Amino acid sequence: MGNMATQTQFHVLAVDDSLIDRKLIERLLKTSSYQVTAVDSGSKALEFLGLNGENEDEERNSSVESVSAADEDHQVGVNLIITDYCMPGMTGYDLLRKIKQSSSFKDIPVVIMSSENIPSRINRCLEDGAEEFFLKPVKLSDVNKLRPHLMKGITTKTEMQSNTNKRKGSEEIQSPDRTRPRYNELEVV
Amino acid sequence: MDFVNQLQRKFIDYSSSLHREGIVDDQFTQLRKLEDENSPHFVMEVASLFFEDCEKLINNMAIALEQKQGVDFKQIDECIHQLKGSSSSIGAMRVKNACIAFRSFSDAQNREGCLRCLQQLSHEYSLLKNKLQTLFVVSVASRYLYVCLLMVGRENEHAEPFSDVLVFQLEQQIVAAGGSIPRVH
Repeated sequence: MGNMATQTQFHVLAVDDSLIDRKLIERLLKTSSYQVTAVDSGSKALEFLGLNGENEDEERNSSVESVSAADEDHQVGVNLIITDYCMPGMTGYDLLRKIKQSSSFKDIPVVIMSSENIPSRINRCLEDGAEEFFLKPVKLSDVNKLRPHLMKGITTKTEMQSNTNKRKGSEEIQSPDRTRPRYNELEVV
Repeated sequence: MDFVNQLQRKFIDYSSSLHREGIVDDQFTQLRKLEDENSPHFVMEVASLFFEDCEKLINNMAIALEQKQGVDFKQIDECIHQLKGSSSSIGAMRVKNACIAFRSFSDAQNREGCLRCLQQLSHEYSLLKNKLQTLFVVSVASRYLYVCLLMVGRENEHAEPFSDVLVFQLEQQIVAAGGSIPRVH
């Protein structure tokens, strides 16, 4: 899998309005050797990705250092987004929806965290595209579950680059009751 | 004279007592596992942030409960939610439980009950802060003592280093600050 010369580390975007939880998730992710950007709101997350309001690819402000993930040659974008559910303004669920509605970013895996164990909330997030739902406090064992979702992105890219038209096999990692088809496209994140 | 061993023993005993008394839970243990040479003071840093946060929220709730024109229970609830979250994240079990009890009185809009809960919460917070600060002092003291022993070449008198990576970090800091680590063999 030697075509990934530019990308040595996965880059995770963490979103949480609590400073302590941001510190914790940052440490957990860095311990797992991920590059981390932590922001305190959904709107800052969208800004970082280059999504402002309704328009994609809007003029980026100086805080966005990486190239838009839509640029396939320079994959310095975000490989996974992990967000708190309960945030003032835009909730983690709202952020999830916005990501999944974006043509540039809908393939970025999104993981939701919450301190509250509410099954209807959990199901709604998973049905609307979240890969995982972690109950807080988040532990290292939770962060270890992120790797398959990140590796899936690499595998897809590698297949693109080697120009195969082979469909990805069913590498469903999530619970089998998910009905949304997710592996039909070869589109690169 | 095995001061370092004794200090280390004290640290372990003290740490166990915090768990036994329910002051901290397994999440605190998880945080300690996240410390390494890149982040040797992680637990202390997070604990400090927590203390600041806790004091601010307790203060805000005290003010809210004093309002003669009516208590804003929604604000109280938000404070409790925040505090419950952060105490859970650092493993401050008794503070977290105090928040849970507090919430039921806040939901019931029971001002007297809330005042009692706030008092209990303050008490648990003080206890936690006191205990953790003691823990950190013992932890830092034994690390520095180990480095002092290193500097006089007596480190082998200590059965096990407190933490190899932490000592390495301290050595690096000393050297970076222009000092040297003399060895006497």
